[in-house]
Formats: sequence, C-alpha cells, structure tokens
Amino acid sequence: MTMKWVEVGSLEDIPSRGARCVNTHEGRLALFRTADGQVFAIEDHCPHKGGPLSQGIVHGTSVTCPLHNWVVSLETGKALGADEGVVRTVPVRSEGGRLFIALGARAGEAA
Amino acid sequence: MTEKLVIIGNGMAPGRMLEHLLEAAPGRYQVTIFNAEPRVNYDRIMLSPVLSGEKDYEQIIIHGDGWYVRNGITLYKGHRIEAIDRVAKTVTSSEGVTESYDKLVIATGSNPLIIPVPGHDFAGVLTYRDLDDVNAMLLAARSRAKAVVIGGGLLGLEAAAGLQSQGMEVTVVHLMPTLMERQLDPAAGYLLQKALEERGIKVLTKANTKAILGNGTVEGVELADGTVIPATLVVMAAGIRPNAALGREAGLTVDRGIVVDDAMQTSDPDIYALGECAEVGGRVYGLVAPLYEMARTAAAQLAGDDTVRFVHIDTPTKLKVTGIDVYSLGDFADGDDREEIVLRDASAGVYKRLILKDDRIIGTVLFGEVADGAWFNDLKKKSANVSEMRDTLIFGPAYQDGGAGDPAAAVAALPDDAEICGCNGICKGRITGAIKAKGLTTLDEVRAHTKASASCGTCTGLVEQLMELTLGDAFNRSAIQPMCACTTLGHDDVRRLIAAKSLKTVPAVMQELEWKTSCGCAKCRPALNYYLVCDWPGEYADDYQSRFINERAHANIQKDGTFSVVPRMWGGVTSSAELRAIADVVDKFSIPVVKVTGGQRIDMLGVEKEDLPAVWADLGKAGFVSGHAYAKGLRTVKTCVGTDWCRFGTQDSTGLGIRIEKFMWGSWTPAKVKMAVSGCPRNCAEATCKDVGVICVDSGYEIHFAGAAGLDIKGTEILGQVKTEDEALEHIAALVQMYREQARYLERIYKWAGRIGLDEIRRQIVQDGNKRRAYFERFVFSQKFAQVDPWTERASGKDKHEFRPMATVGLAEAAE
Repeated sequence: MTMKWVEVGSLEDIPSRGARCVNTHEGRLALFRTADGQVFAIEDHCPHKGGPLSQGIVHGTSVTCPLHNWVVSLETGKALGADEGVVRTVPVRSEGGRLFIALGARAGEAA
Repeated sequence: MTEKLVIIGNGMAPGRMLEHLLEAAPGRYQVTIFNAEPRVNYDRIMLSPVLSGEKDYEQIIIHGDGWYVRNGITLYKGHRIEAIDRVAKTVTSSEGVTESYDKLVIATGSNPLIIPVPGHDFAGVLTYRDLDDVNAMLLAARSRAKAVVIGGGLLGLEAAAGLQSQGMEVTVVHLMPTLMERQLDPAAGYLLQKALEERGIKVLTKANTKAILGNGTVEGVELADGTVIPATLVVMAAGIRPNAALGREAGLTVDRGIVVDDAMQTSDPDIYALGECAEVGGRVYGLVAPLYEMARTAAAQLAGDDTVRFVHIDTPTKLKVTGIDVYSLGDFADGDDREEIVLRDASAGVYKRLILKDDRIIGTVLFGEVADGAWFNDLKKKSANVSEMRDTLIFGPAYQDGGAGDPAAAVAALPDDAEICGCNGICKGRITGAIKAKGLTTLDEVRAHTKASASCGTCTGLVEQLMELTLGDAFNRSAIQPMCACTTLGHDDVRRLIAAKSLKTVPAVMQELEWKTSCGCAKCRPALNYYLVCDWPGEYADDYQSRFINERAHANIQKDGTFSVVPRMWGGVTSSAELRAIADVVDKFSIPVVKVTGGQRIDMLGVEKEDLPAVWADLGKAGFVSGHAYAKGLRTVKTCVGTDWCRFGTQDSTGLGIRIEKFMWGSWTPAKVKMAVSGCPRNCAEATCKDVGVICVDSGYEIHFAGAAGLDIKGTEILGQVKTEDEALEHIAALVQMYREQARYLERIYKWAGRIGLDEIRRQIVQDGNKRRAYFERFVFSQKFAQVDPWTERASGKDKHEFRPMATVGLAEAAE
C-alpha cells in the first residue's frame, strides 16, 4: 500500500495541550497539539490496555493515558518511564494552517 | 484462691494501679470498683484542653468500657460509698450495693475548697474538678457573658484561659500579690499576669472576695475593697482538700489526708489509700507524677512485692495554657545560703532563674522558654555539682560543650536516666530503648509502648527529638513530599504561595514557583487547576486541558473508551416521569447497561462519547442535571425516608439531604465528597462511613465527618450536634469549605482530618462561630460561580470539539 497524504482539518481545530480524533480505515488516530504548537498523530490506543490516548492530559510532548496513567511519547510512540510498549506514530504535515496525515505508511517510516 | 479487691474511686491513680497490678499479678484479685462519677476512668489532666475546646471527652478516656469487661472488672458507675465496715470487711454504696473485700483501696481524691462567703451556694457558682464541672462551664460559656475565676493558681488560670477561649469575658481574682505564688517567684508571676492580660483576661491580685452577689443566681462578685465585678458564672478554684471523710468515719488515722506509710498502707493493714486523698510522709499531693508513683507502690504491695516503696520527689509544675510556657521545680525562695542565676529577655518575654545551694540546683523557674526544664530537673535530682559550668549553665545543655544552641544536641546530651515525661515518670533510656527494641517509628507507637507524652503532651517535642536522634533518617517528621517531579515544593507550600503571591493562572504558578517543566504533568496540572478554582472563584478561568477526562467530558470514562452517565436525583428521590425519561434515553441511544449505584442514583453505562451531548439534551428536557458522578466534587447525598414515612424517623432526613445537595452541588473539592443523612441512629443511609454524614436525633442533628468505605474503612468522627437544619447546613458547608481551602489535591476528608487533627477542625468549625461563618460565606460566594449545569451548557453547544471527531477519512475508499 502506498503512502497518501490526507487533509484532516486545521491547527485551530485542536485545543492547545489537547487532542482530537480522526477515524480512518486504519483505526482511530489521535492528533495532538502541544503548548508550543507542534502537532503529532498517533494511534488512539494505549500500548497497555488500549485506552483512548486522545482523552489524556497533554504535557510537553507526552500524553498520559486516562485509564492507568501510562505516559506515552508523542514523538516516538514509546511508553516512558518504567513502562514498556509502543504505539504506532503517523506522519503529520502542516501547510498554510491545514493539517495532513499520511495514511498507508508503516510505523516510524516517515519520522 | 482469688481474693476480693474493692476500690473506692475511679480516677487516674487507681486506674494506673490496676494497670500495674494486672500486669504483675493477673487473676490474683477479683476487682470491684465503685465510682461516684457516672463514667469510666479519664485523664483529668486534660480537662483544661476539653474546656478550651482543644479536645473532647472521648479523646481523654483512659479506660473505655471494654477495658473493664476484658479484665473482668466490675465497675459500679454513679455509686458513692457511704460506709466502710472494717469488722465485717464490707462497703455499702449509695445505691444500696454491699460488697465484701479482702483488700480495700481508698482513692476518693480531693474536694475543691469552697470559700464560705455569702452567696457561695448560688446557681452559677462552680468548681473545677471533674467533667461535670467542665460541661457546666461549657454550657455557661454559651451565653458569651462574664465569668469570674476565684483563685490564680494552676487550676484557676487554666479555667480562666479555657472560658476565655470559649468566648467569655473573664476576670481572675487572686488573694496573693502574684499569680501561682506557690510555684512561681514574683518575677515569673508578673510575666504570667502580663501574658494573660495580653490575651484579654483581667487579673486582680491582692483581691479578697467578700461576697457573691445575686438572688439565688450569680450576678456578680464583690471584693473586700468594695469593687463589684458583674458576672453570670463564678468558678471557685481556690485550692483542693483531700477527701478523707470515709477514712475518718471508718476510724482510720487521718490528718490532712488519710495517713499511709511508704507502702500506701493505712492504719488498717487491709486498707490502702492512694491519690489525692492520701497523706504520706506528712505531704499530700495534687500533681499526677507522685500519684502515679503511689499507684506503682500500691500495685506492687498488692501483688506481694514489699520492696517497692514510695519516695518523695519534687515534681515540676507546668501550666497547660496554649501559648504560655511556664515551668517550675523545687525550692525558689531567697535565702542567705543561696545563690541565683537569672536570665531575662524582655523583648522575647523570657525569664529563667536557677536557685543554687552549695553549687547544686535546688530550684528552677522558667517562663517563656521551658525546653531546658528536663535538663535542670535532672541536675537537681542528681544533686550534680554545677560549679564547672556555672557561667553557661542558664543557657542550657546545648552550650555546655561549646555547642551552638542546637536543640537536638541538647536532647542528645541528656543522660539516659533524665526524665522526659514528668506525668508518667518516663526517662530517656526507656524511650530510646523501646524505640530500638520494638522498632517503633511513630509518635503514637511510642506513646502506646512507653506512655511517654501520653498524658498532658507537653513533652511531645522532646519525644520527637529523641525519635529523630534514635531513628535518624527513618524518622523525618518534617519530610515534604514534592507534588510531582516538576517541582520540589509540596502541596501545602504551593497552596500557601498561590494565596500569598496572588497567583491566578497555571502558567503564573509555574513561572513564579520555578517549575522544572514547561507545562507540568498529569499530576500537577489538575492539582494546580483545582487550587486556582478554589482560591479565585469568579476570577480564574477553568483550564479544561488540565482536567482529567471525566471532568472535561462530564461523564465517567470506561475501560472501552465509552462513558457512563449518572443524572442527579436529589437525595436519591425520583419520580415516574424521570424514570420514563431515562427509559426513553436508554432505548433511543441503545445504551447497553442500566445500573443502580451505591449512592442511590441510576447509571447508564456504555454511552459513546459522540452521543453524550444528545443524551444530556434529552435528559435535560425531563429536568435532569449532571449528577457529577465523575467529579472531584460533591457526588451524592444519600438519605433514608425519615419522618415522612418511617415509624422510627426523628427528623425529615430526606428533606435535609435534598436541601444539602441543592445547596452544595457543583462545588469542586480536593477529592470526591460523598454524604448521607439518616433519620435516626439506626442509620439506614449509612451516614457513618461517609465524608460527611448526618444522624438525626430527637434533639437535633449529629454531624459526622471523616469516614471512609473504600480502600480504607473508617467510621466517622463526630463534629458536633446542632439543633436546627440551618445550623446543620452552616456547619457542613463550613467544614467542606475548610477542607476545600486546606486539603491536598486527591486527599479525602478523612486523610486531611487525620493530618490537621480532629480537634483543630472542631475548634474552627464548632467552637469558633466567627471562623465558621467566614468559611460558610466563602463557600456561598464560590457557589455563585460553580452552580452552572455543565450538561445544559454542552447540550447547547459548548466544547463541541470535545465530543466530535475532527475528521473521518479513508473509510469509503477502504470499503471499495
């Protein structure tokens, strides 16, 4: 499957230090906007018990899962601290305030 | 064969004697106690804290009813012994019970001295000896009127301070030129008078009471010089007299007290006497340490050990008035053969005087700074020659080896046999030994095992220092746990600084308090957001991105990412229309599970997040608002059906529960708050394991708090009892506001209360009406901004982004 950039909305759609969901055929993704305006997309599925990461508290470039407080890096998708696990990251591109995600890419390839 | 031991009196001396006896000779005696007071053995030293409101009766009980049952002791409460028949070896009580004895112990204590002035028998004239006196004073203090205390000794001053802290205007009338003249020299007496006057207590010395004025009821006190002091309460605290009447009538040798030898034996070898009624070596005693020594002696004798004998030791005097430190010991009169060392620091209000004879300490008076008392007492007891350290003696032990005033060094320097707890005669070695041998790590454990600091508590600081010295890092009473890895500050410091520096946004807090991360973490952000919401109602804009998802989405997240929805049912009461609306919502949104919660609500589980605003819109049409089942805030007020339906109900518990819930809903708190109101002590609403509970009784409302029934199980503590619903509401709201302002985020009420102290909470909420009203008003103000239904707002379109996906992409292509 080839990688394809898909428009999903604008930066303003995501609250600062917050997240929004995007439903795709690859599953539900979560787009995060950090305090300094960076945007990341990862699978909305905690590597621990599948909790919806999009519902967590965003701090720095990490999110804390609402179910059991695992902290996941938005940059690498890896669980931080003592926990081990990784969630798929999805490439994001911003063009003139419009946000695009890359579907059909494998985890980590476009990082 | 079991012998019969009968004890007359149930004060602290016979109580302690029994503890020793049960340990030394368990099962040897069949014990019967007659107590003229209708209660168990309690700590009379702590009556002053009860009067001042710092403690309550339950907290000063030494032996509860269970103790007597466990030890097979028969206790007759409210039985005064009228006669002892030494020939038949029986005693007979006022209630007609006759009991025979093999050994008899008389511990009838003392009677207060009533000055026989005209009017001494008027209503409103009280003494200060037992709990009944304290209760009577507390009742009188409710009038907030004027009181006169006759007698400026230890008891009189403690009574005066207690009454004043209960809101009365107090005058102390003292016959002698200076206060506590038997324990203090004139200089310290003067400082004490000044300290009391600064607190607003009037002191008249050289004042001779001529008459108590009034007409059957106290209206004032007239002094010999004609001065008239208006008062509705007069407390006679002019001294005590051993209560030796029973001994005298029984034909025992009696002088000032019942005369005993150093084995506590009276002139009848089968009868012992101890406590304040006993006279040994020509002395009678009123302080607890020698009374406990008598108890130890009598117990040993009764257990068959004749080697233990009573020896007189000077006992230090301490005044139990919070904030005024006085210590006195031994002989402090001037004399040609004596020298003195005096230290005065007028600005700090410190006065220290040591009286020496032949280079040895014979007396000590300390005012303002009393920590070195134990050390001076030790030198005196050992009759140590102090000529070598004379120059620095008065500065205390810390200065003896060139030390520089480190209090821990002073405690470390104490020898093992130095007395730490005067009440219980516990020396340093006993405490450090027990800490090491039994692996004790908390103050409570040390109290339980050694009794040190378990009576009047003034030596608590010393005991803690000993624990610190013995345990090192394992005991760190001031350890501060940082809030999280983003800061070194603890929750309490952060709260204090938010208020002190008027910090009103999360970034301001992080900037000013030097947060180590740019935007905090999932631990500190919700905490900071709560502190700001609580401290700046109406000013602070709630930061939803710093709230946990449940409080952001106003529903409870479940393990599969769906949510549960719990509408508010005031007091647990619902109706057919409400139930029909719930049924319709369940059908319309295909909600998989409906369940009744522990808090008398209905929970709809498995709602998709996108559906939440529509679910709320439908529920809102039926009048439902958010039940806040997801909030660190007021959750539910459970009720029973009360007087409306129940044949046992004493008050309208349902109505009160609904009223509390309607008044308090929407308030954010450090952790969840669950309440309940039960209509009678049968407690069907289970109010006694809640954060706040009310038990209705015939005479009003008993307010409970600090219960738990989760990770920890804990029955509630009683806050107090009030007469009306209005008062109940004011007390509860004030309590919750105090908790809101002081607790650490996620700290439940019972944990906060354990940390702050139940007494402190009762003092601020029950005893101090002004404080209570201030808390109440702050709560009311805060509610103006908090009582907005979040469901209605969101059903009308607020925070749309929260509930909708940003986009749906690629699904159609995949299906092709």
